Amino acid sequence: MTALPTRKDEAWRYSDLAAVGSVWPVATERLVVAAGTSLARRVVQDDEGTRVDTLSVTVEAGATFALDVVTMGSGFGRVAVDVTLMRAAHFVLGGVILGRGEATREIVTTVTHAEPNATSRQVVRTVLDDRATGSYLGKVAVARDAQKSDAVQSVKALLLSRTATANAKPELEIFADDVKCAHGATVGELNRDALFYMASRGIGADEARALLIEAFIGDALAGSPDLAERAVAWLRRTA
Amino acid sequence: MMLTIIDLHATVDGPNGERRAILNGLTLSVGAGEVHAIMGPNGAGKSTLSYVLAGRAGYEVTGGSVMLDGTDLLALDANERAAAGLFLGLQYPVEIPGVSNLTFLRTALNAQRRARGQAEASGAEFLKLVKVEAEGFGLSMDMLKRPVNVGFSGGEKKRNEMVQMAVLSPKLAVLDETDSGLDIDALRVVSDGINRLRSPTTATLLITHYQRLLDYVVPDRVHVLVAGRIVRSGGPELARDLERDGYALDVAA
Repeated sequence: MTALPTRKDEAWRYSDLAAVGSVWPVATERLVVAAGTSLARRVVQDDEGTRVDTLSVTVEAGATFALDVVTMGSGFGRVAVDVTLMRAAHFVLGGVILGRGEATREIVTTVTHAEPNATSRQVVRTVLDDRATGSYLGKVAVARDAQKSDAVQSVKALLLSRTATANAKPELEIFADDVKCAHGATVGELNRDALFYMASRGIGADEARALLIEAFIGDALAGSPDLAERAVAWLRRTA
Repeated sequence: MMLTIIDLHATVDGPNGERRAILNGLTLSVGAGEVHAIMGPNGAGKSTLSYVLAGRAGYEVTGGSVMLDGTDLLALDANERAAAGLFLGLQYPVEIPGVSNLTFLRTALNAQRRARGQAEASGAEFLKLVKVEAEGFGLSMDMLKRPVNVGFSGGEKKRNEMVQMAVLSPKLAVLDETDSGLDIDALRVVSDGINRLRSPTTATLLITHYQRLLDYVVPDRVHVLVAGRIVRSGGPELARDLERDGYALDVAA
């Protein structure tokens, strides 16, 4: 795709197209995870300018691809990942979106279960303040022959301000009949009962919020405590 | 006096944004070294009193004063009240997924120490302190590594509250046991916590609907709360009278 995307394009519906135009065209990084091997990758966007990262990954039979994504800032950031899973391949995504100010941050995934017995697990946590917009668009496509596919999408957003916007769009396109595909999406605010409980034990408001947010994004970065720490540090720094 | 409440008036935000008056001139004093019980019918304002003392959002004080060991409690934020020596034992302790009990408690202890200008507890010092109390209340360290109250039974939550109370070592514990339907095991845990905290320099205010808890903790004074004020006070025998006769007399008055 070399033409600049438009709002009509579903995968770009919530984007900051003016910012996209400033970096277009964006090269796609292509990876192949060889049969039976494992690959872990990280994409971390931690800057105030415009960043667009696009990945296209083929995970061969029996291979595992583990991807951690953190996109945080006050400008435009987008991480788009296209994953094709061959027989009994495995894909794990831990995604964190943090935005404040006028930020637009997004994680867009297309996971294709092309052959039987592949599994995918996507956990995305979004924390937004001010007038930031955070979006997760995640499409899971299961091919006709890809029986016993198992796909999970867990998407949760936390709004620290009523003027922030979270979009969550897990999407399934299934052509096989013996598959397990689960998805859940929630948008909420910090738990007031928990905040009061912490205050009643002497914990100040800022520290209490930080603890709750850290716990929230920890779901997505359970295997990468250093990344979780970086994300929390960013939130504290700009709070 | 450890706690002096004078002519306290408070309102609560209702579901439709209206304000309802719940406390209507409540006056009460608790001396150092004493345990007082507040009893009363449903809707008398028992839980409201505990939330007003702790400084919960949505509860507004419209008159009166509360002094804790010489400190004007109402001038402080909720976390500052804790640092000043107030502990609120909740009727239904909150679950906090993703935050371990140990992190929660250490953060609380050190926040209080910082607020009081004291040195923070080191990791080793903190663990030693917690181990003693966890053992005392029959809560394993494994449970303390789990997220705050998540998956804990009612009794385990009470044990956890008492461990927190013992580690934070408050001047005044306000324990809201209004209608938590404590079983015998939990009753023993709470009474054990109160008795361990008991000292000449601490005090406890026990808020309860049932007389049963007072079989385990003998209070120095019992107060009857009706329609937002104390209408009668007496010795421990008052609790037994109330159990037998109910609140009809007080409500009519």
